Amino acid sequence: MSEAPLLGVEQLTMRFGGLLAVDALSFAVAAHDITAIIGPNGAGKTTVFNCLTGFYRPSAGSLALNRSGKLMRLERMEGWRIARDAGVARTFQNIRLFAGMSVLENLIIAQHNALSRASFYTIGGLFGSRAYRAAEAAALEKARYWLERVGLAASADLAASTLPYGAQRRLEIARAMCTDPALLCLDEPAAGLNPHESAELNHLLLSIRERHGVGVLLIEHDMNVVMGISDHIIVLDYGRKIADGAPAAVRRDPAVIKAYLGEEEEA
Amino acid sequence: MPLRLAAKDAALAAFVALVLAIPLIGFTTHETGSGTIVETRFRWVAIAVAVVFAGRLAWAFVPWRARRSSAPRLVQHRKLNTKYLGWLALAGAILWPFLPFASNYLIFLATTVLIYIMLGWGLNVVVGLAGLLNLGYAAFYAVGAYTLALAGQYWGIGFWEALPLCGVMAAIVGVLLALPVLRLRGDYLAIVTLGFGEIIRIVLINWQSFTGGPNGVNDLPLPTFFGMPFSARAPGGGKTFAQFFGLHFSPLANATERLIFIYYSILAVALLTNLLVLRLRRLPIGRAWEALREDEIASRALGINPINVKLSAFAIGALLAGFAGAFFGAHQSFVSPESFNFQESATVLAIVVLGGMGSQLGVVLAAIILVTLPEFGREFAQFRMLLFGASMVAIMVWRPRGLLSLRTPSIRLPEAPREAAP
Repeated sequence: MSEAPLLGVEQLTMRFGGLLAVDALSFAVAAHDITAIIGPNGAGKTTVFNCLTGFYRPSAGSLALNRSGKLMRLERMEGWRIARDAGVARTFQNIRLFAGMSVLENLIIAQHNALSRASFYTIGGLFGSRAYRAAEAAALEKARYWLERVGLAASADLAASTLPYGAQRRLEIARAMCTDPALLCLDEPAAGLNPHESAELNHLLLSIRERHGVGVLLIEHDMNVVMGISDHIIVLDYGRKIADGAPAAVRRDPAVIKAYLGEEEEA
Repeated sequence: MPLRLAAKDAALAAFVALVLAIPLIGFTTHETGSGTIVETRFRWVAIAVAVVFAGRLAWAFVPWRARRSSAPRLVQHRKLNTKYLGWLALAGAILWPFLPFASNYLIFLATTVLIYIMLGWGLNVVVGLAGLLNLGYAAFYAVGAYTLALAGQYWGIGFWEALPLCGVMAAIVGVLLALPVLRLRGDYLAIVTLGFGEIIRIVLINWQSFTGGPNGVNDLPLPTFFGMPFSARAPGGGKTFAQFFGLHFSPLANATERLIFIYYSILAVALLTNLLVLRLRRLPIGRAWEALREDEIASRALGINPINVKLSAFAIGALLAGFAGAFFGAHQSFVSPESFNFQESATVLAIVVLGGMGSQLGVVLAAIILVTLPEFGREFAQFRMLLFGASMVAIMVWRPRGLLSLRTPSIRLPEAPREAAP
């Protein structure tokens, strides 16, 4: 690969007291790739995500994100700055929508920083400045676009908590995309989806990569999703990387079969 | 419900009534010339218990109730037409001093209601929108009132000049409080704000040389009508309100005029703050407050700086409390630390919760109920607060999410542009 990777993780280590959750993990995520992190429960996948998005401060190692040629050191940034300045958006394993607010509001809040600047930190917005009205119209247009992409245009004014489970998952992805991310991190996006819905999810993720030039990093247990759309798979077990490569190669890797897929075959 | 079960239920209710009634109704103190004596009123207790028993028994046989209890329904939110309710309230507020039954007392009471409405709207930003539980809200109210009092006393500043200062001072104190508690949420935040409220009150009591201590401050600057005071003679050779309008000056009429003027002043400022809050709710900052209330982790993951969001909520909430405090000071023309105790914070919080968190009109209804109820209850003498507490419980049972809990989205998709008509 000639391009510099979108995300370079070097020697990432996360220790909780005596527990070594992630042990000297290194991997790279290429731009415009879908990279999957898989591994048995407790392998440290979500911990990697939490380090990446600033919810944990790593015990050691570096996380470097390349955003249009500028190198961001994520391990030194606060969580909200990682989202705002480095352009890392995420979804959560247990969906975290703004439950009491409408579907549309969820997507507008995701564009808070652009709108806040346009409202001249509230003062311009209070007096209905032209710049703010234009920004609000643009934000609504973007929200409308994503509502249509995830098939929720008819539910715009419903409270997010009233949506069915699968729709909530799609809304969370749409919300993350409304922040204009460089890297989209999805924590088990297919969990709880039926086969039809997870096929739709595959389609959505592929089209996000095609049309929006966003790197996608996902944690997933659903092998149909992982094997179907990933360009690159990283396998973790007990916080260590045991395999790294294209889906076909990973599938044949004896270490992976032993730690993960093999157990399924025996069962 | 079979009779036996109903009777058992009624007996239980009667027993509870008995336990409550013996200390509350059974004994009363009576002043005589030689001192206070305790009298018993067990006949009243018997009547109360009998009423509870009969009432509970009858309740079990109300037909619609029996139907409801057998098949639990989902909570239904009846849609109230709140838009008309709001305009109706506004019209009532504007006409109030000129209604036939209006008296000085009723205007005074309405002004108190308006002060609590302003406090409620301010706390609504902090608790209702941003979800930051604040139990020391009276502290900002106190800062507003004392800023007016002390600015008048030391610098001789008039009411209207001091009003912005009161708001700004309270907002500064609000930010100073928010800084150390930015990482706290929920119960922990509530406890710290509770302590902070007490600190302000205790400083006001003990800093005797500056604040006058427990004696408070007298003769606060009163609002003037564009520089014309409500008094017999204007200082510095200016005109008084009565002279300007060619009214005959009498102390009684002047007091009424002043009351009405303060009432309209606070009504105008309250309406302005209402517009401000309604507008803020539709701006990015207001949505960020609500996002913080709904899920702080998710809002951080969207690049929202939680520190700015919390500080702005505290500052705006305190600003409105500062304005309300200034009006309280002018209304009473006297301030003392005892007006700003925990009871005050609790009352304002109760207004916000009873009204329905985040609802502006709900705050108005709850403020009217909570301020006027103790007044109407005066004839019940010592049962007044009991009545007050019971009605609060009743409201929360009847509407667990507050009087008006319906939330309307802050933004909607515009209609798709229409095709040109053929």
